[in-house]
Amino acid sequence: MAEPVRVGLLVTCLVDLFRPTVGFAAVRLLERAGCAVEVPLQTCCGQPAYNSGDRAGARAVARRVIAAFAGYDYVVAPSGSCAGMVRVHYPELFADAPADRAAAAELAARTYELTAFLVDVRGVAAVEAVWPRRAAYHDACSGLRELGVKEQPRRLLAGVAGCELAELPGAEVCCGFGGTFCVKYPAISDKMVGDKAAEIAASGAEAVLAGDLGCLLNIAGKLSRLGHRVEARHVAEVLAGMTGEAPPIGEP
Amino acid sequence: MQPTSRDFPANARAGLADANLQRAMALARTGFPARRAEAVARLPEFEALREAGKAIKDHTLAHLDFYLERYERAVIAQGGTVHWARDAAEARAAVLGICQAAGARTVTKGKSMIAEEVGLNAHLEAHGIVPVETDLGEYIIQLRHEPPSHIIAPAIHLMKEQVADSFRAAHTGLDPGRPLAEARAMCAEARAMLRPRFLAADVGITGANFLVAETGSSIIVTNEGNGDLTQTLPRVHIVMASIEKVVPTLEDAATLLRLLARSATGQEFSSYTTVSTGPRRPGDLDGPEQYHVVILDNGRSRLLGGEFQDMLRCLKCAACLNHCPVYTAVGGHAYGWVYPGPMGSVLTPALIGLAEAGHLPNASTLCGRCESVCPVKIPLPKMLRHWRERQFAANQAPPAARSLLSLWRFAASRPALYHRLAGAAARLLAWAGRGRGRFRSLPFAAGWTAVRDMPAPEGRTFHAQWAAGRRR
Repeated sequence: MAEPVRVGLLVTCLVDLFRPTVGFAAVRLLERAGCAVEVPLQTCCGQPAYNSGDRAGARAVARRVIAAFAGYDYVVAPSGSCAGMVRVHYPELFADAPADRAAAAELAARTYELTAFLVDVRGVAAVEAVWPRRAAYHDACSGLRELGVKEQPRRLLAGVAGCELAELPGAEVCCGFGGTFCVKYPAISDKMVGDKAAEIAASGAEAVLAGDLGCLLNIAGKLSRLGHRVEARHVAEVLAGMTGEAPPIGEP
Repeated sequence: MQPTSRDFPANARAGLADANLQRAMALARTGFPARRAEAVARLPEFEALREAGKAIKDHTLAHLDFYLERYERAVIAQGGTVHWARDAAEARAAVLGICQAAGARTVTKGKSMIAEEVGLNAHLEAHGIVPVETDLGEYIIQLRHEPPSHIIAPAIHLMKEQVADSFRAAHTGLDPGRPLAEARAMCAEARAMLRPRFLAADVGITGANFLVAETGSSIIVTNEGNGDLTQTLPRVHIVMASIEKVVPTLEDAATLLRLLARSATGQEFSSYTTVSTGPRRPGDLDGPEQYHVVILDNGRSRLLGGEFQDMLRCLKCAACLNHCPVYTAVGGHAYGWVYPGPMGSVLTPALIGLAEAGHLPNASTLCGRCESVCPVKIPLPKMLRHWRERQFAANQAPPAARSLLSLWRFAASRPALYHRLAGAAARLLAWAGRGRGRFRSLPFAAGWTAVRDMPAPEGRTFHAQWAAGRRR
């Protein structure tokens, strides 16, 4: 039997803090796809500093990530945003830092968003899960536009028994989270997430799925504030058949 | 134009509270992207064309001095004159000088963002010369004494009922009971009002989409034909353009024109594409007696060779505005100066300073939709981030953000401490939110909970559970 590939799980700060179930769902999916999953000591990918203009702070944190994830065959994150930070932005971050440039590029090349890794790298064609819901899918910006994550989650969801996708016309439009944007410009963020919630509610979907917890906290929070009863979940929970292990995001 | 970019948050709230603007932007936010997507889908080589367009602009910018001088020689050879303007004041003075030498009383204007940038209309009016905007959108906002809110659709923030009201208020000589419910009726009325102004104008001022170095030509695209009347009927034609508008050859312009209309309006080509080369020659049926080009720098040459050079590829197509969820939420006036949306948020700090325009690079989620539709692949999110880096380096970031960031950096660099803090926060929040699963208000996250609930954490962090041996 072939050696299983060694995957380092980039848990992400939000999954660690808010929704560990997503992390364990990722572990289950990766193991079913023939991977040995390890979780090295980690904190954050550095994106908050990077997007705030603090290049030195971002580099300091990124160097720790590069060291922590050295030696794994792959690094996988249940987030297009954090995976995009490593895969797309680490090489930019260290473009003028010769000492770290090669290591950053090497890590970037083996770092993936979860659903893209399962489909594109591991060739997963179907998952074993049942979830009888009509669900809208929100394409989180970084995964979609930095990493090309679009068809992979939909292909996997097509194999979930009972799950039917309701495509939103504005699925590719930002939800207004944007990291610190949502608190720096709350009125604009409110308009954006309000439009997103209204579109989801109007679609008649019973649930909304996405691959990034930041967007999901924002969308779920707006849906519940507006009184819409729409179940919000990370796509990994559904694909791993773990919807029974945690209530929907923002529900007791 | 006096910038109000400093007041972006208040400007944005005003836009969000303007019911007409919201109705108008709701139409724009779906209409423009749908038309562009259809046009792109009909052209299989569109992606290759974007690469070709980018390469043309990159090459030109790398040799900008050469092509600008070559362009000037070609203009002179065709009997025209080039006026170099280092800043807005020099551009205004050049235009005013030409108008005064021609004894001009009225000038017609095709759409020109450069004229907006240098505040030309107010300057001409102050010297007794009447500028008449002839682009329908520009005509409407001139009647309303408003600046443009979009770089190709200046009145996009208005509903047609507001336009009808403005026409009734301005065109007092017409029957007050005339029907103006249909756009067609308003177009006909504007055309009737403008026709005598076209015929009476002494000088016509247009912008330029491209300046062609090999021929000395300027090219404009319009959908109303107003540009043609502006530049062929008066005795004097003045073209206003910025330095980065030059391209080497007519073939290069043709390549970029294939990108421009598709990206801007979803048309394969604009209704009118007009090439002007010098004044009227003996035997020409029409054309001006004088042909002048005012070429503005106004800070752009400082961007060459630096991290913002790519911005100078911009074709001013407005695809980035049309696809921006922030622009279509707040409207163009919120940005407080001439250029709104993503391209404006990169360009404006370069032209009027980061101290005045500091909000603009921050008022973005970096969602990347602008870059994905830019016909010349300008990395707009990356450049917004570069401005944030400059702010951070210059200590211009808000103090609260800075102290939060240094706290984050301290914790993120100490994994053991980080996990103790995260574990405590997760347990505390889960306990406080027990039974409800979410918070309606959180004192330390008021910006969040003012408009949406905060979902509560599950309880124990992933890392705590992993360390305790949970594996699935």
